[in-house]
Amino acid sequence: MIDKEQIRHIATLAKFEFSDEEFDGFATKFQETLDMGDKLQDIDTTGVEPTTNLATRTTVFREDTPETDQTREQLLSNVPESDGRLIKVPSILDTEGDN
Amino acid sequence: MNFETTIGLEVHVELKTKSKMFSTSPAVYGAEPNTNTNVIDFGFPGTLPTVNKEGYRLGIMTALALHAEVEKHTHFDRKNYFYPDNPKAYQITQYEKPLAHDGWIEIEVDGQKKKIGIEEMHVEEDAGKNTHGEDGYSYVDLNRQGTGLIEIVSKPDMTTPDEAYAYLEKLKQTIQFTGASDVKMEEGSMRVDCNISIRPIGSKKYGQKIELKNLNSFNHVRLGLAFEEKRQAEILRMGGEILPETRRFDEPSGETILMRVKEGKDDYRYFPEPDLPNYEIEQAWIDQINSQLPEMPDKRRIRYVDELEIPEYDAGVLTATKEMSDFFEESVSLGANPKLVSNWLMGEVNAYMNANQLDLLETKLTPKNLATMVKLITEGTISSKIAKKVFQETIENGTEPNQWVKEKGLIQESDPAVLTPIISEILDNNEQSIIDFKNGKDRAIGFLVGQIMKQTHGQANPKVVNQILMSEIKKR
Amino acid sequence: MNYFDHSIEELHELLVNKEITATQLVESTYENIEATDKKINAFITLNKEEALKRAQAVDEKGIDTDNLMSGIPIAIKDNILTTGIKTTAASKMLENFVPVYDATVVEKLHQDGAISVGKLNMDEFAMGSSSETSYFGNVHNPWNLDRVPGGSSGGSAASVAAGEIVAALGTDTGGSVRQPAAFNGVFGIKPTYGRISRWGVIAFSSSLDQVGVLSKRVKDAAAVLTSISGEDSKDDTSAAVEVPDFVKNINPDMKGKKIAVPKEFMGEGVNDQIIEVIKSALQEFEKMGATVETISLPHVKNAVPTYFILASSEASSNLQRFDGIRYGFRAQDVKNLEDVYVKSRSEGFGDEVKRRLMLGTFALSSGYYDVYFKKAAQIRTLIIQEMAKVFEEYDYIMGPSTPTTAFKIGDKIDDPVTMYMNDMLTIPANMSGAPAASIPAGMIDGMPVGLQIIANNFDDQGVFDAALAFEQATKFYEKQPAMKGEN
Repeated sequence: MIDKEQIRHIATLAKFEFSDEEFDGFATKFQETLDMGDKLQDIDTTGVEPTTNLATRTTVFREDTPETDQTREQLLSNVPESDGRLIKVPSILDTEGDN
Repeated sequence: MNFETTIGLEVHVELKTKSKMFSTSPAVYGAEPNTNTNVIDFGFPGTLPTVNKEGYRLGIMTALALHAEVEKHTHFDRKNYFYPDNPKAYQITQYEKPLAHDGWIEIEVDGQKKKIGIEEMHVEEDAGKNTHGEDGYSYVDLNRQGTGLIEIVSKPDMTTPDEAYAYLEKLKQTIQFTGASDVKMEEGSMRVDCNISIRPIGSKKYGQKIELKNLNSFNHVRLGLAFEEKRQAEILRMGGEILPETRRFDEPSGETILMRVKEGKDDYRYFPEPDLPNYEIEQAWIDQINSQLPEMPDKRRIRYVDELEIPEYDAGVLTATKEMSDFFEESVSLGANPKLVSNWLMGEVNAYMNANQLDLLETKLTPKNLATMVKLITEGTISSKIAKKVFQETIENGTEPNQWVKEKGLIQESDPAVLTPIISEILDNNEQSIIDFKNGKDRAIGFLVGQIMKQTHGQANPKVVNQILMSEIKKR
Repeated sequence: MNYFDHSIEELHELLVNKEITATQLVESTYENIEATDKKINAFITLNKEEALKRAQAVDEKGIDTDNLMSGIPIAIKDNILTTGIKTTAASKMLENFVPVYDATVVEKLHQDGAISVGKLNMDEFAMGSSSETSYFGNVHNPWNLDRVPGGSSGGSAASVAAGEIVAALGTDTGGSVRQPAAFNGVFGIKPTYGRISRWGVIAFSSSLDQVGVLSKRVKDAAAVLTSISGEDSKDDTSAAVEVPDFVKNINPDMKGKKIAVPKEFMGEGVNDQIIEVIKSALQEFEKMGATVETISLPHVKNAVPTYFILASSEASSNLQRFDGIRYGFRAQDVKNLEDVYVKSRSEGFGDEVKRRLMLGTFALSSGYYDVYFKKAAQIRTLIIQEMAKVFEEYDYIMGPSTPTTAFKIGDKIDDPVTMYMNDMLTIPANMSGAPAASIPAGMIDGMPVGLQIIANNFDDQGVFDAALAFEQATKFYEKQPAMKGEN
């Protein structure tokens, strides 16, 4: 049984916030799906390779040829906030990125 | 209580390709913001990655240079996290089956040689760049987004900051020789993260490790690690506890500063990238890349000492970069004396590069011109004094030395048939000097040579002049 | 004029003989849409001006006599990108998103002279099976406006059924083309995974998503599929398999064909009347010389949880890019970066989408990956192997497309077994990548029933062959929806 604390943790990872009301309705649905998933645990999959893509080609490479397909103006056209050159976002100093 | 230190390094190296690793945008350093981008780099809905063959080839080449085993059956994975410079909120990387594993490089510290293991290395995409404004905003440039990287993860085999420094030097040198990357810390094409822990000597369990980030030079790595060793030991001696922290090196104070305490394990939700197929890396391709792998600095150094009779130290300097080493070898292959070429490269050439802040390949000197010049010296065509003039001319203007010395009349006169009559005439006119010399006044020779030089406008080969002069005096 | 009764081949002849122009065809399409779409709400966006320009260009250049798609209007599901035309995925998140590039399928259609007229309503981000999760309102089933059109390609199916358009593009991740095709009495095919480039298709689940075609007539979909199929250098999961002319090569001869009917498809959870309709459909095939045998697909029983775990996991990653920074909805009153993320995503996505993204995030999270994601990916392998084995012996797997006919708007399927069956019938083809179609097979209480035809991977031609044979035998396309009921 998944507890609420776990669901809150998942919401943090997925960047969602829920009201208490939303949360309760949601937890039930969540549990139902997980119960279905739990049934899979009885199936013997020893030595079975997982299928994680359905590509029929393998080892597909592209040649190292640079192309410019869109202008900066086009790419920035849907950006909520920009200064015409850079994308603007409210201060990110309080969190830390990777790399 | 005494402690021993454990250091592991994670090094990111930007692959030197024309286009990005997973998108077709140009991969160029220093362009106008967001101009080397496309819908893939912006993470637009509906976009899909494609894999740059050259990027993967350079990855394999690096793996081979680091003696690592290339993985034959591989795929890409997604590493999920939100950040403005990470537009898809996932990074395409190799997690489950990295490009290569179990490599090593050999370092030397205080005359002691040591092998440092490489756990694994993988290909992944770089993120964009955030800059933090004074106005409460951060600004995102996605030019770098999607550029190919290899991350090289060492084993925790280093026990001192000096070893870490030596490892980085060696890694940089090796990768530089493969041509896979520019490996320039200052342009961000080489980046280093450190993990360091200490434990009481003899303890089997590793201590709590600290991550050290934002290191701008190898020297900062060394200083930062040294500071950490001291800081952690003090905490433990005081009975304190080391927390799992990420810290950065602060240059002005020479200290490391806390960035954040890691709460629990990061959860990146890795899973295989479903937009890309599986990759089967054929042995034939690996063999082909192996055959293209340039000879590595260690081997070159040994060869220079053994075959070309270059002193050990000089051989080390010559193999510091591939440019220098290739330059040296090409000059020698054109018939120039190895030791002389080496002396010029280490002396005048290096001095010129330093004075003008230029890389070797940015000067106008070519291996051919250097070889020609050295040959002019060894053949006695020019004097070493004239050679300095020739060098200045050819390194600044790329002038061909042979032609130039002829045009400028700088060729040394070494022909006895030309010199003997001149010398005889001077001896005829200076009999007193011959007598003085025979009476033990060596200075007289200097006077005679001066006269000969004057007569030949300084172009007579002093060595030849000396020989003829002596034999002519003997005859009298 | 109204070309409701015409196939693409017939329209092509009219165009070639200059009895109509592409411009007239497009104008008449908009007349149809304007007359009926108030009732069914199949379209989110119409691009009349741009379409008329395109039609004019085709007319000026002259109809390509060798290309069936030349001058033919077509409509596109709103999760497929169209340059300069809003593409919303029926979400508040992308309410004002205007793409700067075309999906490969759109580019190919335009190259062949087809004219895209508008963007079709759907379940938000293709997550749902009733088109009720759209931010732009419900779609109504033309056979009974009180009922759902199915989903997620509900707008695509309803627009074709209502005669607004001759053919429409949909997408199918777990049945999103076939289920609405069945509910609306039209033909709908999800081709083999890899047949069609996914470049420019807003990803829900990358390893399951496939663009499909809905049309009144089998050959119409074959014509569209011929146009949009093929390997694409922008999509490494697209297949390097030659694309036949599905129309020219069609052969409705069913003599000697072997049909497998999984007993799991014909049991509990499927409406009895539907089972009767399917049985008589199978008898039609026997009459045409095919043999029909009952088989068992034991692993197919596990397809539903497997699907929910895999599709949600991939979706949780694919939809992280909607973060309010580079495009799409950005919440107001944000104090910092975390607010931008959390508020934009919480306000921009609907409940069903959030629920699935949460589930997927959980299935991939530390400590649960092996239990859920990896386990499901292994079971997927078992399902693929099981399907492959059937096709060693049989030409087709057939069964119902849905366990019920279209249900009422606002109603949920109450019975959990029926709900389970609703997904179980269509998901296996997505799991293995097999081509699968739904073709109208009869009516129950005025609502259409669909027969599902599944063939081996890359035997899309085989699906068209069987579907055409059945269409010729039943002529369901002659029936027209009543457009009755409350709206």
